[in-house]
Amino acid sequence: MEEGENIMENKTSFRKAMFAIIWKDLISELRGKELISAMLVFALLVIFIFNFALELDPKTRSSLTAGILWVTIVFAGNLGLNRSMAVEKDRGCLDGLLLAPVDRTAVYFGKSIANWIFMLIVALIVLPVYSILYNTNIISPALLLIIFLGSEGYIAIGTLLATMSIQARTRDILLPILLFPVILPVLIASVKASAGILNGFPFADIQTWINLLIVYDIVFTSVAFMVFDAVVEE
Amino acid sequence: MEVIIEVRNLVKRFGHKQVLRKLDFTVQKGEFVALLGSNGAGKTTLLRILSSLSKPNYGEVQIGGYYLPGQAAQVRRKLGVVSHLPLLYGDLSAEENLKFYSALYGLVDIQKNMAEILNLVGLYKRRKDLVRTFSRGMQQRLAIGRAILHDPEVLLLDEPHTGLDQDAANMLDSLLQQIATRGRTIVMTSHDFPRVANLATRFDVLYKGKIHSSKLAKDLPQHGLLEYYQSIVEEIDGGGGKHNGE
Repeated sequence: MEEGENIMENKTSFRKAMFAIIWKDLISELRGKELISAMLVFALLVIFIFNFALELDPKTRSSLTAGILWVTIVFAGNLGLNRSMAVEKDRGCLDGLLLAPVDRTAVYFGKSIANWIFMLIVALIVLPVYSILYNTNIISPALLLIIFLGSEGYIAIGTLLATMSIQARTRDILLPILLFPVILPVLIASVKASAGILNGFPFADIQTWINLLIVYDIVFTSVAFMVFDAVVEE
Repeated sequence: MEVIIEVRNLVKRFGHKQVLRKLDFTVQKGEFVALLGSNGAGKTTLLRILSSLSKPNYGEVQIGGYYLPGQAAQVRRKLGVVSHLPLLYGDLSAEENLKFYSALYGLVDIQKNMAEILNLVGLYKRRKDLVRTFSRGMQQRLAIGRAILHDPEVLLLDEPHTGLDQDAANMLDSLLQQIATRGRTIVMTSHDFPRVANLATRFDVLYKGKIHSSKLAKDLPQHGLLEYYQSIVEEIDGGGGKHNGE
């Protein structure tokens, strides 16, 4: 490399940095398959265990479906969040990201969107498996919308808390302890809205829960956006 | 000569423990400074503050005319950092890792630049291989490639020889010499006295959170780096931090 030959933009574009992080996470996952496989195996095990442990009659089962589904998604998501940040921490790559002359919230959004994609992929696999195993078709556009909204809120605050907890030696335990109380409103709204859809309630009945989900998504994303820089500061 | 790094009254505490105690440190453009000191002396903490990864409790840091932490983004553009961890992704190839960091640094026309960097660090033939298949020495060379990708004015190296065998360490030394001859400023911490003695142009002894002595390479007696270091440490506390001479 000859001196002065290197051409650097005056300011690294936020979008360019964010997409580079998403690309990096997707390619790494495509090769390593560590994150999705761990989440998926865990999610499928939870569904199997509920299926055999509860032995429910069809009526009770339909009332519990939304709860089982969200417990599965949330626990699998916790595994994914921990793993996603551990990859950055263990090889010092988080420092590599923070050393780049880029707005640090680009790092946050890049990691968040990648985590969100992984969570949605797992949910998309879990839904048909659940339908087959419980002999009931739960796949519908409305339920997909709830999963889309619920997982966004979960990942928005989850990525922030995973970045905090990754600094600690007890990171595997610390993340659920920090995360689960905080995401309770999102979880309640998601379960209620999903239950309403699965039980065939009219849209007007579940609209409140959907509105609540949207509000929490905006609040959690905004809070994470505002405090991420402080969280990664040593 | 032009001053490129200027640190004044730097204080860093972790809880009640004061790691850096009103430290002053100045580096001229083009110097290759070796920071010598025992474990816990504050070498890594100083480099983390210089690289904007850590904030000081007190003091002033200026790099290339920009102040930390206020102008951190401008400072980061001028810095390349190599630590004992490679800061590379194992599931990406060497080329993909450099491509990723190029995007983060906003580099354009990267193909030619990447090929030159990979040639420089001797990894062009392995550019398509995943980094997790690389030896420690190869990963460290690629880490240097990553650090110089944006042609930084200052290169900060935190014990880059850690875990390298003799051949890999020799290759790393020759790479650092090439970078130094291009007029780039290098600040490196190390415990490997024989190696740094052949590389650096200045040796600073960092002990108990302060720079206690600074000497140019030309002012050192031949093979006298260890003796110089030990004499400084003995002068401070009667030899309590004696180096093992590895």
